[in-house]
Amino acid sequence: MIRVVLPHHLRTLARVGDEVHVDLNDSATVKSVLEALETRYPMLRGTIRDHDTLKRRPLVRFFACGEDISHESPDSLLPDAIAKGAEPFFIMGAIAGG
Amino acid sequence: MSKVRLLVGTRKGAFVLTSDGKREKWKVDGPHFAGWEIYHVKGSPIDPDRLYASQTSAWFGQIIQRSDDSGKTWFQPGLAPGEPATTPDGMPKGESNKFVYDASPETGKPLTTHMWYDGTQHPWEFKRVWHLEPSLTDANHVYAGVEDAALFESKDGGQTWQELAGLRGHGSGPRWQPGAGGMCLHSILLDPKDPKRMFIAISAAGAFRTDDGGKTWKPINQGLHSQYIPDPKAEVGHCVHHIAMHPKRPKTLFMQKHWDVMRSDDAGDSWREVSGNLPSDFGFPIDIHAHEPDTIYVVPIKSDSEHFPPDGKLRVFRSRRGGNEWEELTKGLPQRDCYVNVLRDAMTVDSLDSCGVYFGTTGGQVYASSDAGDSWNAIVRDLPAVLSVEAQTLP
Repeated sequence: MIRVVLPHHLRTLARVGDEVHVDLNDSATVKSVLEALETRYPMLRGTIRDHDTLKRRPLVRFFACGEDISHESPDSLLPDAIAKGAEPFFIMGAIAGG
Repeated sequence: MSKVRLLVGTRKGAFVLTSDGKREKWKVDGPHFAGWEIYHVKGSPIDPDRLYASQTSAWFGQIIQRSDDSGKTWFQPGLAPGEPATTPDGMPKGESNKFVYDASPETGKPLTTHMWYDGTQHPWEFKRVWHLEPSLTDANHVYAGVEDAALFESKDGGQTWQELAGLRGHGSGPRWQPGAGGMCLHSILLDPKDPKRMFIAISAAGAFRTDDGGKTWKPINQGLHSQYIPDPKAEVGHCVHHIAMHPKRPKTLFMQKHWDVMRSDDAGDSWREVSGNLPSDFGFPIDIHAHEPDTIYVVPIKSDSEHFPPDGKLRVFRSRRGGNEWEELTKGLPQRDCYVNVLRDAMTVDSLDSCGVYFGTTGGQVYASSDAGDSWNAIVRDLPAVLSVEAQTLP
């Protein structure tokens, strides 16, 4: 089980609480987590990564175990602590005004 | 007694304002989608309980929302309230927020670049839906004007969207360019007398017309004169801010351009300036009285670099002669120290016997006139910046 923490606006969109859980058949990567997340919550498709190119949206960032992994390959393995559910995978909106 | 419902999109959510036919007391409902930018909300003309909303965010992209109960509840098309979000085998049901430019060889005529601010070519990138225009005949059919400029349609109530690629396939795309607000398709007019005819406007490309249901398009900008582009009389490149049409006279169009208020009486084939005695002919919205096709409204703004009313006085100007001769309407509007803007989709009219006129400001006020503009009252004063206002006249 992977624990995922969504930013506020995506929680309201998906009508979920602070943390959501997804199960993976594959190894835990950013790509596999996002695919599982979007399958379970299809209203999130296009909000974290582009519909067409599947690239991370520019103002969205990914954090794992305190590290910014936004610019790593989406196929890189996530840390064991994320894969085993000990730590959540954070999806955050860049901090900006407005 | 008749009722009026106003659908207000703001920088931080949507609001629904309702009143009886007297339009004196208003109920304010909202915010819906709190914290999200709501560029536009519009109801179906044949099913007024069916509303479409464009919910958008620079962070999280584009969401289409729909209500089938006049705004009481909302859902993403394809996902009814409480309905499981996936099929039994786990596949997603809805793709209502998926806007993908058509690049297919059959219809897309792949057009990959437009002009960027610095004059270089830049690839088309989808950003948001500016305007939703429900069909005149089918509540499940709705058009979407988007940034970067293109026209999409949905025929299944907003569940899926397809680009009408003939517009970008016109061939002039490399000369389209973004204005300060982005390169947006913001105006969509459907001809009630000819279901194959549609008008759209893009900032900054100009106005276009189709006579074959959206397959092919022609620019209709002859007569426009724009000093801010290299060829002021170019076929495309003009920063059209809004266009309006009265349903009883669909060959007559009115336009608020970056500068200049314009009129066409031949479905856009030619335009002439009707700015007349306006204190400034810069502005964003333009709209038409529900029962008088020659009575039009604009809100003059000081200039392209100073987006507020001249002299700090918020004034609507009305022409009863289809332009050129304008009267200022000030009763009930602030006449000192007012520095708000009124955006292009933030003015609308109702169709009660005494025509109601409404507009919202970037300061969060929504003003209403129940006497065709003679006098005004603020329905609300402290909403987030208003992006759009649409009126529904209900039995």
